[in-house]
Amino acid sequence: MPRPHYVAAIDQGTTSSRCIVFDQAGHIISVAQREHRQIFPRPGWVEHDADEIWQAVRGVLEEAVSGAGIEDAQIAALGITNQRETTVLWERATGRPVCPAVVWQDTRTDALTRALAEHEGLFKERAGLPLATYFSGPKIRWLLDAYGLRERAERGEVLFGTMDSWLLWNLTGRHLTDVTNASRTMLMNIHTLAWDDELLAALGVPRAMLPEIRPSAEVYGHTAAGVPVAAALGDQQAALFGQTCFAPGEVKSTYGSGSFLLMNTGQEPVVSKHGLLTTVGYRIGDGPATYALEGAIAVTGSLVQWLRDNLGLISSAAEIETLARTVDDNGGCYFVPAFSGLFAPHWRADARGVIAGLTGFVNKGHIARAVLEATAWQTREVVDAMNADSGLDLTTLRADGGMTADNLLMQTLADVLAVPVIRPMVAETTALGAAYAAGLATGYWPDLDSLRANWHKAAEWRPAIDESTREREYRNWKKAVARTLGWVEQEG
Amino acid sequence: MPNCARVPGVGETIQSVERAAAILRLLASGHRQLGVAELARAMGLPKGTLHGILRTLVHVGFVEQDQATGKYRLGATLLHLGSSYLDVNELRTRSINWADALAGRSRESAWIGTLHEGHVLVIHHVFRPDDSMQTLQVGTYLPTHASALGKVLLAHDPYAEPPAPPLHPHTKRTLVEPAALEAELDRVRARGWAAEMEELTEGEVAIAAPIKDRRGIVVGAIGIRGAVERLAPGETLNMEFVSYVRDAARAITRDLAR
Repeated sequence: MPRPHYVAAIDQGTTSSRCIVFDQAGHIISVAQREHRQIFPRPGWVEHDADEIWQAVRGVLEEAVSGAGIEDAQIAALGITNQRETTVLWERATGRPVCPAVVWQDTRTDALTRALAEHEGLFKERAGLPLATYFSGPKIRWLLDAYGLRERAERGEVLFGTMDSWLLWNLTGRHLTDVTNASRTMLMNIHTLAWDDELLAALGVPRAMLPEIRPSAEVYGHTAAGVPVAAALGDQQAALFGQTCFAPGEVKSTYGSGSFLLMNTGQEPVVSKHGLLTTVGYRIGDGPATYALEGAIAVTGSLVQWLRDNLGLISSAAEIETLARTVDDNGGCYFVPAFSGLFAPHWRADARGVIAGLTGFVNKGHIARAVLEATAWQTREVVDAMNADSGLDLTTLRADGGMTADNLLMQTLADVLAVPVIRPMVAETTALGAAYAAGLATGYWPDLDSLRANWHKAAEWRPAIDESTREREYRNWKKAVARTLGWVEQEG
Repeated sequence: MPNCARVPGVGETIQSVERAAAILRLLASGHRQLGVAELARAMGLPKGTLHGILRTLVHVGFVEQDQATGKYRLGATLLHLGSSYLDVNELRTRSINWADALAGRSRESAWIGTLHEGHVLVIHHVFRPDDSMQTLQVGTYLPTHASALGKVLLAHDPYAEPPAPPLHPHTKRTLVEPAALEAELDRVRARGWAAEMEELTEGEVAIAAPIKDRRGIVVGAIGIRGAVERLAPGETLNMEFVSYVRDAARAITRDLAR
C-alpha cells in the first residue's frame, strides 16, 4: 500500500511562525508554532529579526512533519503564507539581513508618505493603494536612506523582499515574490502585474533590488529535503483562498486583532471609489489573476484585549461575551476604537477613539456590548463600501479567525449586516489556503471544485432584528464616528 | 479521666489549624520560598511541630516543596481555590478547534454542554458537515437524564442531586426509574463516557465524554449526535465514534491544563 501523502503550510505571522500539515480532506494532522521577538526601538517603530524568523520557520517545519509521524518524502507540497508588507533587506552574496525588518504596523514612514502627496493619484491608479505607512515601498526607501544602502541596491548587491521572498530565498535559493505580496508594495502596477518604472521613480527604489514576480501557485523550487515549494500568498489572500471564495462577489472576513474583508472581484481590478484597496487575490500558474477588493479595519479583537489589559473589566478575551450578556442592549452607548486613526473605508489618520452616548445608566455590561458592536458596525461600513464599488450585494458573510468563537458577536454581525453569517469547519483558513494553492500546483488536488467540496459550514447565524432597529442603530454609530474625526491636529 | 481527644467547645479554636493558617500567610507574604528553619524561627516553634503541619499542607496541595532547594511555597491548588469557575465562553474558545475536528472526523454534529440549573446548557454546536439545513442550538437546553451530555455531567457533578422524579419519558427508551438512572451513572463513571440510545429522540443516538480542568474537575461534556443507523448500526454502538469523542475530550482537557 502506498504511504499517504500530505500538504504542509508555513504561516509566517506577525507574532509567530506556524507550520500545519493537512490531509486530502483538509483536516489538520499536526501543528507546530514558535513565537519571535517584537522589537520596539521607539514609539511607533516595530521591527523583526529576519534571521530569527527563518530559524523559527525551519524549526516549525521540522517539528510539524515529525509531529505528524511522517517523513519529508510524504509531503507532496509546501505552501507559504505570510504577514504582508513587512520589509526585509539582505545581502545577495551572504544571504544575511543588512538591517532590521520593518513591520507593517511601523509608522516611521509617516512624514515620508505625507511628502508623496503629489503622487497620490498615481499610486491609487497604478498600485490600487492609498498613501499609507502600511505598505512596503516607503519602508524600503526609508531603509535605503537610513542605512546608506542605495548604491549597493542599485548594483543588485542588496535585495528587497517581503516575508514570502525571504523564506523562498532561504528555502529554494531563488529571489522571487508572489503577485499578491507584490501588490502590497506600492511598486507593482496592478493592471500589468509588473514592477512599474513611474512608481519606482516616485519612491526612489532601484529595480535591481526587486524580486521576480511569480504566480501564487507554481513549483518555485525544492527544499534541501526535496519537498516542492509550490505556493506563496499574503495572509489575507490565503484566507480568501482557504475559504474557497473562488467566484466573483464571494466575501470572507477574518477576525483577529484587526479585521480584513476581501471580496473576489474576478479577473478585472476594481478601483475603489469608497476607500477600499485594490489587491491581487491569487494567481494559479499561468492562469489569469483574480483580483479582490480589501477593507482593512485596524482595531477589532485588539479592542477586546484593551478592555482586558488596560481597563481590567474582563480577565480573558472570551469573557467579553459573558459581560455583554449581563445586559440586553448597549444602553445607548457606542464605542469607536479609532486608536490609531480610522482605516477602511474612512482612512482618517486624524481620528481618535470615542465612547459616545454616555449617561448615568450605562454600566460595564453596556460598554462590553458597545465593544462587540464596534466590530460589527465597522464590518457593515466596509460591506457597504464593497457593495457600492462592486455593484454586487453581499448575500452571506464567511467569517473566520479567533473572534468567531464569540456567539454574541456573530449574531450581532448577522443582525447589522442583514445577511446570514457563516463559520467554516476549519478555522485555520490562512494556512489552509496556502496548502490548497500548493496542492493545486503539484496536482495533489485536481481543481478548485475538489477544494470547494472540502468546505463545510460549521455554524450559521441569521439576522434577528427588524429593519427600523438596524437603521436607528446605524445612524447612532455614524454619529459616533463623526465625533472621532479631526481630533489630532496636524504637526508642521 | 478517660483518654480521649479533646473536642473544642463553643468559642474555642484549634491550635494546629491556626498554625497552618500562619504558615500559609508567611508563604503568601512575599515572592520567596521558605525553609523549615526560617519558618520555625518566624513562628517561634520547634521544627518537629512544623514538619507535621507542612506534611499535611503538602498532602492537600496547599503547599509545594521545591525539589532542588527543599524549601516551601504556596501550592497550585490553593492558588486556584478562589477561581474555580470556568467561564462558558472561555470553554467554547478553548474547545472550538477540537470540536471542529470531532465533527470533521465523525461526520456528525458536535456538541458541548455544561450544567445550568438542573439542565444541560448547550454552549457550543458544530453542524454535521454535510451542508444540509441546520439551526444553531447554542443557548438551548437538554434534559440531563435523557442526553449523553447530561449523563456525563450528572455522573461527575460533586453537588449532584439526581433530577427529581417523575423523570419525563421523552421516548419509550428514556430512563425514568431513578434506580435505573443511578445504575447508568455508575456505568458512566466507571468507563469514562456516556451513550444515549434513542432516549431523547427516536432514531437518534448520542455519545459524550467529560472535559476536565487542571484540577481534574469536570467542567463540561463534549459529544456527537446522529442517526442510529450511522452511530449504532444493528443497535450496537460503533466504538470508533466513542474513541473520536474521547480523543476530543482528552485534547480539550490537555489544553485546559496548560
